[in-house]
Amino acid sequence: MDVLERIDQVVKGNSVVIFMKGTPQMPQCGFSMRAAQALQACGKEFAHVNVLMDQEIFENLPRYADWPTFPQIYINGELIGGCDITLEMYQQGDLKKAVEEAAEKTSA
Amino acid sequence: MSMQIQIEEKLAKELKAQHLEVVNESNNHNVPPGSESHFKIVVVAPDFEGKSLINRHRMINSILADELKNQIHALAMHTYTEEEWNKASGDAPMSPPCMGGGK
Repeated sequence: MDVLERIDQVVKGNSVVIFMKGTPQMPQCGFSMRAAQALQACGKEFAHVNVLMDQEIFENLPRYADWPTFPQIYINGELIGGCDITLEMYQQGDLKKAVEEAAEKTSA
Repeated sequence: MSMQIQIEEKLAKELKAQHLEVVNESNNHNVPPGSESHFKIVVVAPDFEGKSLINRHRMINSILADELKNQIHALAMHTYTEEEWNKASGDAPMSPPCMGGGK
């Protein structure tokens, strides 16, 4: 399967997914760590992809949604942004709302 | 020209920024001394009015597309309109520490 299709399947197949350096338990970049922590604080399950373990995704994810950096956070198939936006949304209470709505949609 | 100045000049020109800070944070990361790889930018610009955060970041990503492709490894962005900046009392968030996953 083409790598962009593979990325698309992950994005569409999970209500919330973060593409990050490392894992939420063992992040390998401060920006990835903070974004994963914000998602964890929302109290719902989310998927993650460690881009350091998948060279093909690492190289091609930037062109998938035309976003040059990691981490990338997708909710309901849509890129919400990287670390700075995720944190700002968390601080405003918008991230929790979006994550909860996405979880409800999936279970409905 | 240093990368820092190049970023400053491009953003100042393209965004008509009312306030612009470009901070080289490379020293906090796992790179040689004097590197210009990790930056934080704080921009206050009228063009951000009515735009979502993701669209503001996209504007900056596209202005700095060449630099992001080649030299810049990490770019923290904090974008404000004048009103938002006044509300934030001129205080942008701190960047996170390095955790060694450079690539």
